[in-house]
Amino acid sequence: METVVEIEHLKKSFGTKEVLKDISLKIEKGENLVVLGKSGSGKSVLIKCLIGLLEPDEGKVVLLDKNVAELNAEDLNALRKKVGFLFQSAALYDSMTVRENLEFPLRDLKKKDQGEIDTLVLETLKSVGLEDAIDKMPSELSGGMRKRVGLARTLILKPEIILYDEPTTGLDPITSKEISQLILDVQKKYNAASIIITHDIECARITANRMIVIKEGECTAEGTFKELSESKDEWVNSFFK
Amino acid sequence: MAINLKIENKAVVEKIAKLEEHLHLQALKGFFAEVADMTMFTLRFFKEALKPRYEFKELIKQAYLIGYKSFPLIAITGLIMGLVLTIQSRPTLAEFGAESWLPAMVAVSIVREIGPVITALIFAGKVGSGIGAELASMKVTEQIDAMEVSGINPFKYLVVTRIAAATFMLPVLVIASDAISMYGAYIGVNLKGDVTFHLFFLEVFDKLSFSDVFPALIKTVFFGFAVGLIGCFKGYNADKGTEGVGKSANAAVVYGSLMVFVIDMIAVQVTSLFS
Repeated sequence: METVVEIEHLKKSFGTKEVLKDISLKIEKGENLVVLGKSGSGKSVLIKCLIGLLEPDEGKVVLLDKNVAELNAEDLNALRKKVGFLFQSAALYDSMTVRENLEFPLRDLKKKDQGEIDTLVLETLKSVGLEDAIDKMPSELSGGMRKRVGLARTLILKPEIILYDEPTTGLDPITSKEISQLILDVQKKYNAASIIITHDIECARITANRMIVIKEGECTAEGTFKELSESKDEWVNSFFK
Repeated sequence: MAINLKIENKAVVEKIAKLEEHLHLQALKGFFAEVADMTMFTLRFFKEALKPRYEFKELIKQAYLIGYKSFPLIAITGLIMGLVLTIQSRPTLAEFGAESWLPAMVAVSIVREIGPVITALIFAGKVGSGIGAELASMKVTEQIDAMEVSGINPFKYLVVTRIAAATFMLPVLVIASDAISMYGAYIGVNLKGDVTFHLFFLEVFDKLSFSDVFPALIKTVFFGFAVGLIGCFKGYNADKGTEGVGKSANAAVVYGSLMVFVIDMIAVQVTSLFS
């Protein structure tokens, strides 16, 4: 199997607070890794360090065979085009329509003409079941629709790695299940490796090939959903109750 | 007992003095840190502005939003400014029998000082706060991060275009405001007099010289740059949370307006050196 994400001894502090103490992990191509942990345990900081939104204090992050810390701005931008990021709030551009939101990441791809871009936008929206919302503004969309559009914007560049920051937070159980199923569909269709940050155990059950549990900035448990749900560690087990 | 109380009081006073000193030091540190950040932000603006790719489409959009959309407000205030200045100046000039100087005096005042400064202050209120609030809300809702992870340089797309648009559009708005103010002054003169349009503007252009118009226009370029820069700096570096949006918008107006006066003071000194 091809390793697409490699993290070695990652450490990150904010002031005197150590958020990530020592995180090491590897992810293979096409694998869904769920990162479970309490709020404030450093899960989101972990994926922000991965993509270079935050600079780690120590440790090494290698994405698609490239050491993120050693890349210049141009190379980092090129790498980021291969890595999708679905934000907790979806982070849609408020002043743009859904179509413009999806077109925006494509603006540097000079080879594509407007016809090709239109087709790609429509196809990607179809894959998340929202082709009817193409000319709507983000303010006209529900929470679940915003997440879907956010995912479509992530998918339009056909990323090799997708980072999901709490994809089901704030959604009702039915929409949460739909989003979780969509994550699974994306894995099958694009064969992308994914890191899914969540504390929604149902989302973890549907999407995870492998899971890690973070406690106070350290990885305390690793295994499949079944293995961790049967864990004898009381703290780990408390997530599954 | 009394001695003990005295000793305790002395200890409390010393503690308060130490705390006060500490707070002053913190405030001073904060000020210098802000100045350093602002300097870095300005240098980054020039670096990013000169480097391709150039965001012309977004620049034109921002010029439209910042310039064209501000025109009605600038026009109304310009008209009132000319009218009020004329009405207020008339009695003083009348005392000396110098009412005929009214068009020229109002024109020089507006073109040299009042037009650029008042327009820049209104611009800071409308555009500076708008930029500050917009970028801060984009920051808070992770839209700026989303741009960055899409491989797009948000500084170039959001900051460079807005500062450039503010720098280009304020001089244009000041020219428009000055022209409308003149028309306001013409109305003001005719409220208690009878001066033809032709004669009024003949008087105005007779007294206005290149040294009145050119330095005034040059300083508006700096006003526009300062308002855009401060709005972007405060918005782009907003703290997390909705409170940060309000703070950024407020700081953009306050510091933007303050910088208008500071630049004006420097501009007056520089102009007087060359004249």
